Amino acid sequence: MSDATANGIADTAAGRKPRRDIGIKKRYAAERRFKAYGIIAIAIGLGFLVMLMWSIFSKGYTAFWQTEIQVPITFSEQVIGTAEQANDSQTKLLMANYPQLARDGLIQLLGISADDKKAVSAANGLISSGTRVTLRDIVMNDLSVIGTTENVWLYASSELDSALKGQYDLNVPENRRPISDLQLEYIDKLEQQGAIEQRFNWGLFTSGASSRAETAGVGVAIIGSLYMMLIVLVLALPIGVAASIYLEEFAPKNKFTDLIEVNINNLAAVPSIVFGLLGLAVFINWFGLPRSAALVGGLVLTLMTLPTIIIATRAALRAVPPSIRAAALGLGASKNQTVFHHVLPLAMPGILTGTIIGLAQALGETAPLLLIGMVAFVADYPSTPLDPSTALPVQIYMWANEAERAFVERTSGAIIILLGFLAIMNVSAILLRRRFERRW
Amino acid sequence: MSTFTIIPIVFVIGLVGAVMAYRRSRALVGKDGVKMHSRPTYHASFVACWGIIPALLTLAVWLIVSPIVISTNVSGNFPEGVLAQSQLTEGLAYGIVESIGTGLRVLPDDERATITDTTPVADVTALLRNRGIPTASAATDWMVPLALQLNSLQFWSRWAMTLVVFVVAVAGTFWSYRQIAPRLRARNNVERIVNGALIAASSIAIMTTVGIVFSMLFETIDFFSRISPAEFFFGTVWEPRFSNVGSSGNAGSFGFIPLLAGTLYIGAVAMLIAVPIGLFAAIYMAEYADNRTRSIVKPLLEVLAGIPTIVYGFFALITVGPFLRDLSAQISGLVSGNYVSFIEAQSVLTAGLVMAIMLIPFVSSLSDDIITSVPTSLRDGSLGLGATRSETIKRVILPAALPGIVSAVLLTASRAIGETMIVVLAAGVAANLTLNPFEPMTTITVKIVAQLTGDLEFNTPQTLVAFALGMTLFVITLCLNVYALYIVRKYKEQYE
Repeated sequence: MSDATANGIADTAAGRKPRRDIGIKKRYAAERRFKAYGIIAIAIGLGFLVMLMWSIFSKGYTAFWQTEIQVPITFSEQVIGTAEQANDSQTKLLMANYPQLARDGLIQLLGISADDKKAVSAANGLISSGTRVTLRDIVMNDLSVIGTTENVWLYASSELDSALKGQYDLNVPENRRPISDLQLEYIDKLEQQGAIEQRFNWGLFTSGASSRAETAGVGVAIIGSLYMMLIVLVLALPIGVAASIYLEEFAPKNKFTDLIEVNINNLAAVPSIVFGLLGLAVFINWFGLPRSAALVGGLVLTLMTLPTIIIATRAALRAVPPSIRAAALGLGASKNQTVFHHVLPLAMPGILTGTIIGLAQALGETAPLLLIGMVAFVADYPSTPLDPSTALPVQIYMWANEAERAFVERTSGAIIILLGFLAIMNVSAILLRRRFERRW
Repeated sequence: MSTFTIIPIVFVIGLVGAVMAYRRSRALVGKDGVKMHSRPTYHASFVACWGIIPALLTLAVWLIVSPIVISTNVSGNFPEGVLAQSQLTEGLAYGIVESIGTGLRVLPDDERATITDTTPVADVTALLRNRGIPTASAATDWMVPLALQLNSLQFWSRWAMTLVVFVVAVAGTFWSYRQIAPRLRARNNVERIVNGALIAASSIAIMTTVGIVFSMLFETIDFFSRISPAEFFFGTVWEPRFSNVGSSGNAGSFGFIPLLAGTLYIGAVAMLIAVPIGLFAAIYMAEYADNRTRSIVKPLLEVLAGIPTIVYGFFALITVGPFLRDLSAQISGLVSGNYVSFIEAQSVLTAGLVMAIMLIPFVSSLSDDIITSVPTSLRDGSLGLGATRSETIKRVILPAALPGIVSAVLLTASRAIGETMIVVLAAGVAANLTLNPFEPMTTITVKIVAQLTGDLEFNTPQTLVAFALGMTLFVITLCLNVYALYIVRKYKEQYE
């Protein structure tokens, strides 16, 4: 615009002389280039985001479905003993050869001869070896099934599962893929009978660690993470709020306060793995707390989250206008009453938003948990925070190191679950802020 | 009674006292002519504080002091000369005694009753093994009476602790309840306690820093007493062999240089990609984008910052690494006809690229804040003189924002150096010293994780070195952070 007016003046003064070249084209070209750089940079950033999400979701969504085979199981008394024997002693029931039941059922279903060793072993490779536990639980829950025949949905083996989900190329020669031609024939047969199906994978949400992909789940890890989040919430929220109230409302301006401020700002930027070293040296070595316990993990994450909560809380307290404080003090409230009865309730939405964001950070943190021994193979639900447990991101780390193809899918599935939790937390933080934020 | 039952009971005592105090002070108000100094809730809180806090302090002190007292007592009773014979250190022997003691407590009553001071240790271990409790092979006969003594001491200590804590709680409640009177300045007392609690909470930040420094300092000093600092800081070979028991003097070499080089190299690659992208994105959003674009793009970019690093690590391991490897195979195939991949799946480039994705939102949102905080008057002045937007940005805004941008870059660098999960999964574990970005290198953080996961014994150089590495990492990032914060502070004052 400024150029236009300058040229206009020149035009009137000197008649219709050709425009003096002041490089305006070049400068506009530079301008356009510069703007394009910005757009390209943003496009690259968003492109990375899309690629990341696509890579995870395209690999992971199949993890929520699991191939299962419906097999008629005869709970034969010869294999698991009679119900009377089971009432006397559980040992036989626990040790019985359940895979044999599944094998017999499958042989019957496929109509192959029990003497054909090759066929039997091919058929057996279709079902997961986790059937032992599935069938045992059925019998243990209800002894009356002994001697009867029932149709039971059994997990397919991870090879079959991956093959049906199209994760193996089935056109390569037979010896270069984990599923044989005979097995493919059986799969066709089962499909014709309607005995093979992709069903929703509840096991992913309820099971614990397992060396077999089809029976592995994140249930135990979610409970471990839940314990840690509870500990972080119970410790970090009150301590963080108390610290911020002191620093924002009471602290005199002196060396001590300065020291605390510098410390908090630094702690917010210390690498998370250093907190893991702290937890290992102090909580485990010095206080003698058990390794792998959710309690230690929770304490370490508390120390990590504190700076985030303190910084958010202080901003929320600062946003409460001084007039509120002056009014309360003017009516005869003490300093404490002013803060706790008036300032704090008004700052609460901001504090809660900051806390949720801090919790989301803590939920995704992995490195410090590796150092305090939470990389353990935990198959049972922890009943107290002192029991060995693992966390959702650590479970992801452990599965990421597994070589099997089926675990890639599981890992992506677990990541989707983790991202789901984080999304819920962040969205609720945003909603909370929108709903309760007050502009003064 | 266990500690976890004592604490709720103490709280119940305090709360009962508080309810009684509330009623009593309400009753006092009813009398004519009496004006209370504090409101009834303050009287109630006053009594609750006196009931709960001293009791919990007593509990804490007892829990810390009693194991020390008991262990000195039991260690003092070790028969003379046995330690010299059995080649055990005192700590180790005490550990065995302790484990026998814990084992004995698990036994059912009738079996435990058979064990006396004179029971040979073989019988005890047999009993324990029946219950699935292993005992150390070095356990000897003289340890049995000591284990029994330890158990009885612990038993009595626990009872005494329960009793003392309850007495303190009741006494505190009772005493403070007796204090309730119209003139009692309960509010001031309670507020003083609350203020104390607030100060205590804010000093936790200092305690954490002190904890970090000291916990690592002691282990680091211990490490340097075995391996000389010169060997650590200037060594170029990283090969911490786990030496066998007995083969002394062969602890492996702990050269820090390859790790530092890997850390800096990967960090540099990441910064080289992330800083231009982040900076241009920030400039566009701050100077060109309208409000609608900004309100969509900014949160989307910040999603990248909210994704846990383990997810990036997995992305690098499964997608980016194999992609780069296959891409390089195609390229070399096109160039030389020989389909050999020259980029390895785990490489400096893979780790740096993925780390850059994580760092983009840090650079962009930090610099966005800084660019928008440059006063509008500078911008308007430059535009008014006829400069284009890009000229204004290049000649006026960026120079004005430079210190802030430098500090943003420093903070980002400190994050890149301390990043763990991406490099654990994407950079590899081989401690190479190379300039080729297509080969794997390893970082300080990877080695900390590698040395400290799995079963570990605490006094070998192999595990202690992790603390020395952690200390170095802490010092490097601390310097970067402090310098960055210093610049920010100085810069802020300039325009306020």
